[in-house]
Amino acid sequence: MSTSMAAVHGSSPVPIVAHAADAAAAMEEKVTVRGLNFYYGGNRALKDINVSLYAKRVTAFIGPSGCGKSTLLRVLNRVYDLYPHQRAEGEVMLDGENILMPAQDLNLLRARVGMVFQKPTPFPMSIYENIAFGVRLYERAGKADLDMRVEQALRRAALWDEVKDKLGANGLSLSGGQQQRLCIARTVAVKPEVILLDEPCSALDPISTAKIEGLIDELKDDYTIAIVTHNMQQAARCSDFTAFMYLGELVEYGTTSKMFTTPTDRRTQDYITGRFG
Amino acid sequence: MDLYARRRLRNRIVMVLSYAATGVGLGWLALILGTLLFEGASGLSLKVFTEMTPPPGADGGLLNPIVGSLIMTAIAVAIGTPVGILAGTYMAEYGRYSKLAHVVRFINDILLSAPSIVIGLFIYEVMVAPMGHFSGIAGSVALAVLVIPVVVRTTEDMLSLVPKELREAATALGMPLAYVIGKVSYRAARAGIITGILLAIARISGETAPILFTALNNQFFSTNLNAPMASLPAVIFQFALSPYQDWQKLAWTGALIITMAVLALSITARMLASSRKMS
Repeated sequence: MSTSMAAVHGSSPVPIVAHAADAAAAMEEKVTVRGLNFYYGGNRALKDINVSLYAKRVTAFIGPSGCGKSTLLRVLNRVYDLYPHQRAEGEVMLDGENILMPAQDLNLLRARVGMVFQKPTPFPMSIYENIAFGVRLYERAGKADLDMRVEQALRRAALWDEVKDKLGANGLSLSGGQQQRLCIARTVAVKPEVILLDEPCSALDPISTAKIEGLIDELKDDYTIAIVTHNMQQAARCSDFTAFMYLGELVEYGTTSKMFTTPTDRRTQDYITGRFG
Repeated sequence: MDLYARRRLRNRIVMVLSYAATGVGLGWLALILGTLLFEGASGLSLKVFTEMTPPPGADGGLLNPIVGSLIMTAIAVAIGTPVGILAGTYMAEYGRYSKLAHVVRFINDILLSAPSIVIGLFIYEVMVAPMGHFSGIAGSVALAVLVIPVVVRTTEDMLSLVPKELREAATALGMPLAYVIGKVSYRAARAGIITGILLAIARISGETAPILFTALNNQFFSTNLNAPMASLPAVIFQFALSPYQDWQKLAWTGALIITMAVLALSITARMLASSRKMS
C-alpha cells in the first residue's frame, strides 16, 4: 500500500482534490483543541496544544515516549477524570461544544468518543456479552436486535468468522490480537462518533497488526479516528494527518504525506528519520 | 574454585536450614492432625450428629452445638459479608484516593488483629448486659464483628488487583461508575472475594472467647436466638476441661469436626483462588 492519502483519493467518489491542503480546507472539524494544558499534579504534561481532528479522517500522533500523545488522547474523552490531581485547562471543542466544561455529562461524552487501549482489555464475560453490554447501556434493544448488533460489530472488526461458533466463550480465552479486535468491536458497537486508539497494535504480532490497520482504513468511512503510535510506518500507512509531539508540545501538524516528505521543523525531520526518539 | 566451593557450602547450609524449618512447621501440624484423628475419630458415629450433649456418664452426641454453630456462623456471615464487601468497595473504588479510605484501612487493620476476647467483652457490654441474658444473637453479632475486617480486607485487595485498564476501558464505553464496579470489577474479583468470605468463616468457626461472653452455651437443643445457644467451641471448652472421660471424648470428636470443616473451607478457598489465576 502506498500512503493512505493516495488510497483515499483514489477510492473517493468526489472529484479528486489536487492538494492535501485543499482537502483539509473542505473537511469538517470534528474535534478542535485550543490552548490545551494538562497537569499531573504540579507537572505540566501538555503545553498549549492546538490541533484539529477532521471528520472521517485518521489523525496520527507520533513522538518519543513521554511526549504527551497518550495524555492528549485521554483528554479527548476525559478518561483522566477517574484520577484526582489530573486536570486539563483550555478548550476541547467536540462539534462546537467545549467538553472540558464542568457541565459536560461524562458518560454521554464517552459514549460519543470511544477508546481502545494499548493492552487488550476484554471484560471478564462472554464474547457476546462483551459487546452486548455496551449496547444495552444506551439503547433498549430486543434479543434479535442485539444479536444483529453483536454480529455487525464483530464483522466490522473482522472477528466474526473466528468467533461466530463460540460467542459464549469467555473473552479472555481469545488470543491477544483477537482480544484487541474484540475491544474495537465493543467500541464500534455503541456507535461513537470519534474513536481514539492508544497504541492499539503495540502488543500484537505483525499479522494482527495488519488486520487492525486494515480495519482502521475501513472504519474511517464512518468515524473520526485518532491514533497514537510509536511505529512511524504505521502512522504513514494509515493516517491522513500526522501530529508530531515532543516534550509536551505539539511541534508540527500537517497532512501525513507532507509530514513524512517535507517536514518544516528540524525536530520532526530528526524524529521521522530515526535520529532520536 | 575456592570461591565456588564456599558458595556451594553456604548454599547447602541455607538449604538444610530451610528444609529443617519447613519440617518443624509441618511436623507440628501433622502431630496436631494425627492426635485429633487418633482421639476423635473413634468417637465419630451417626449418634454424634443426631443426639444432644449428654449429662456426665450418659450417651449422647453433639447435635445442639453443631446446629448452634451453624446458625450463629450463618447469621454472622449474613451480617458481616454485606458490610465488609460494601466497605471494601468504598475503599478500593469510590474512595481510593481519599483520606477517609486511609483512615478506614488503618482502623480495619487494628480490628483485624484485635484479640477476639476483646470483641466478646465489647458485645457483652453493648448487648448482653442491656438485654440481661446471654443469647444466640449476641454470639452472632460478636462473630460478625470478626467477619467484617477479614472481608473488608480481601475485598479491597482483590478489587485493587483489577487492572486499572479494565476500569478505564469500561469507563471509556460511557459506563457509569456503579456499572463499572458492579458488572466489571466485581466480576473480575469474584473468586477472590468469595475466597475472603470462606476464610472469614474458617476464622470464626473456631472462635471460643467471644462466644463465651455472648452466647454462652446450652445443654439443650435450642434455635431461639434470644436465649443462650450451644456451639462447638464452647462445648469443646467445657467438655475438655471436665473430669468425665466420655465428655472429654466428645470434646475430641467436636474438635475433629471443626478442624475438618475448616480444612474443607480452606481447600475450597485455595481451589477458587487458583481457578481465578487460570481464567
